[in-house]
Amino acid sequence: MLFADPLFDLPAWLDAVIRIVIVVLAMTVIVVYSTYGERKLVARFQQRLGPMRTGPWGLWQGFADAIKLVGKEDLRPKNADRWVFELAPYATFIPVLLTLMVLPFAENWGVRNLALGVFFVFAILGLNIVGILMAGLGSGNKYALLGAVRAAAQMISYEIPLVVSLLCVVMITGADTPNGVGTLNLNTIAALQEDRPYIVLQPLAFLIFFTAMLSELHRAPFDIPVAESEIVGGYFVEYSGIRWSMFQLTEYASMWGFAVFGSVVFLGGWAWPFGVDSHWAVQLATTFTKALAIVIVIIWIRTTVPRLRIDQLMNFSWKVLLELSFLQLVANGIILYYGWPQELLALTSAVGAAFLIFLIIRHASARSTKGLLGTYRTLGASSS
Amino acid sequence: MTIWPEERVPALADDGFETVDMTINVGPQHPATHGVFRMVLTVDGEKVVDCEPYIGYLHRGLEKLTENHDYRQSMGWWDRTDYLAGMACEMAYCMAVEKLGNISVPLRAEYIRVMMVELSRILSHFMFLGAFGADVGSFGTSFIYAWRERERIYDFFEEVAGDRMFPTYFRPGGVQMDLPENYQDRVRWLLGSIRQGLEDFDGLLVGNEIFVERCRGLSPVTPEQAIAWGLTGPCLRATGFKFDLRKDEPYSVYPNLTFDIPTGTSGDVFDRFMVRMAEAYQSTRIVEQCLDALSQMEGELVLNPDLPKTLRIDSGECYVRTEGTKGEYGVYALAKGGNKPYRMKLRSPSFCNLSALREMVIGTYVADAIIILGSLDIVLGEVDK
Repeated sequence: MLFADPLFDLPAWLDAVIRIVIVVLAMTVIVVYSTYGERKLVARFQQRLGPMRTGPWGLWQGFADAIKLVGKEDLRPKNADRWVFELAPYATFIPVLLTLMVLPFAENWGVRNLALGVFFVFAILGLNIVGILMAGLGSGNKYALLGAVRAAAQMISYEIPLVVSLLCVVMITGADTPNGVGTLNLNTIAALQEDRPYIVLQPLAFLIFFTAMLSELHRAPFDIPVAESEIVGGYFVEYSGIRWSMFQLTEYASMWGFAVFGSVVFLGGWAWPFGVDSHWAVQLATTFTKALAIVIVIIWIRTTVPRLRIDQLMNFSWKVLLELSFLQLVANGIILYYGWPQELLALTSAVGAAFLIFLIIRHASARSTKGLLGTYRTLGASSS
Repeated sequence: MTIWPEERVPALADDGFETVDMTINVGPQHPATHGVFRMVLTVDGEKVVDCEPYIGYLHRGLEKLTENHDYRQSMGWWDRTDYLAGMACEMAYCMAVEKLGNISVPLRAEYIRVMMVELSRILSHFMFLGAFGADVGSFGTSFIYAWRERERIYDFFEEVAGDRMFPTYFRPGGVQMDLPENYQDRVRWLLGSIRQGLEDFDGLLVGNEIFVERCRGLSPVTPEQAIAWGLTGPCLRATGFKFDLRKDEPYSVYPNLTFDIPTGTSGDVFDRFMVRMAEAYQSTRIVEQCLDALSQMEGELVLNPDLPKTLRIDSGECYVRTEGTKGEYGVYALAKGGNKPYRMKLRSPSFCNLSALREMVIGTYVADAIIILGSLDIVLGEVDK
């Protein structure tokens, strides 16, 4: 494979630098076009056209935005803490960038193939919150402070179900490996899914992962830290120009990072359905398509649902997701310990997933929407 | 959740860690204040412990302007009070002038007026549905959904009166001119589109678990409280108190029309939302009946022909109240001769409803304070006059 060995017999450090440059450049272009794509997609959901003026179908909109943002004045509020304020965008961006280093985009296509890939991603991503808190505290703005504190609270709550749901998968990889030991290596996890993606075995874990991911990304309905109609942008309310676009870059880079990560762990990554022996271009396209699907679902959810309140958000994490993820973990453990068939894994997880969906839509179905408007209509009709 | 907490959140929490309440300034430039409204929230973490509203950023001296202009010249100022439903304000103003000067209005003009007022009500309620969805956090989708129907209604207004938001279409003694020729088909098509829009909102917001969770049981208001605070309009009817001036003190041709007054049960934010939605639906019924009535009287006069060029009213005093889109829209008028009123006073429903804000938001979360403000459906042109 192309990236399996060091490029052109270069020293290891130079090889790594070249790979990092490729990943960062690719990510920048993808981010520019995901802002464009999101605007187009959201516009279609809202019966609009979206950007149309900058180039054919507005294709250069992303670059136009980037040029505008770079050209803007770098404002700093008078009562901001100078260094904290100015370094905060980097403190959020660098952890997200580092997580991209271990993601396998195709077989062994990544900057580094770490044995502790899953662990590394979460260890590093946890640092993200430091930058957000820096932005919130350093801005000298109360909205920013509220946003940062909300982000911290949310992050603490959702990190646990997120990690536990991934542990569920890591556990069952043990059943597939020759020595019976689970693996944290993302490349191996993807390769193990050659026959079936782990979402089949662990639908509940995937649902929990997806929900927690939305929360980690501050995407609707969990966009409480950046709630536009309440705290007008949250922790980056005081940022403008290039620093603001750093936050934006972080947001989209982490969205893609999570999407690739989710597709590797749950959707079979580059290995499923074309097998581990397929051409690297096919593998790359497979990963990208799966990640794109996840990104589109994220945007779709964003345009559709309103925002949760902070206490409802906490309740959902601590009272529902946490319990379900631990139940899944225990069930997996029992099934694997006694060596019961894998179908049982799928069955227990599917039951759990059905229960989670039932919990979510329970009220909506009980409050039969069509009936509500009907009630109000008839309520008046009897009186006239 | 209580509307009035028994005691303020103590400055010294249980574990002895001293906390300080923080004030945050919401507005006048804030996406959720629907104009230039400002409130200073005192928050303890995420809980609101106090709220102080500040108004007046949009004060234009409506009443004084009216006192210094000819009766007909003032029409345009009144459009700009409840600028989401300009015609409903024109209606109240014209009724006040007509009552002062004993001016009769042709029947066709009355039906046209009621039709336009109800279309304005739909405009205003759609604006509420869209903006409220945005307040709850649905990223503009509800806003754009509302805009589709609003644009269609505005297009019709433009065709009728030459202007979209501020039509200045009514005159003391009737309306400026007759409706365009194809109005029957156009308005009937509009009504279908409005009903479709309501169904869309039903699916988008009311069918959403998160939306229901956010709004149900938030700041419930009893009828007694609502009356004590002077709430009128949908906010009052959401409490279950059936009070609508179109039924209780019928004016214009409302007695000839069949429609229902939708009411809620608990007066919470969700009921306020649903009442407005149902009201918009009832308005489509009214418009339909007006169209039927208008088709029976094609070609009749729409403006009282006996009026002098300059309207002079010797003396008189009256208070006219109409069911505006936000509540009781009342106009007090006093004439002491001449072509100008001596005094014009507006009782604006938004202003009175807004006064209940503080009691409603105390004890709720910051995010709730925003949607409670949204659920009152204030329009700043009317609050600040």
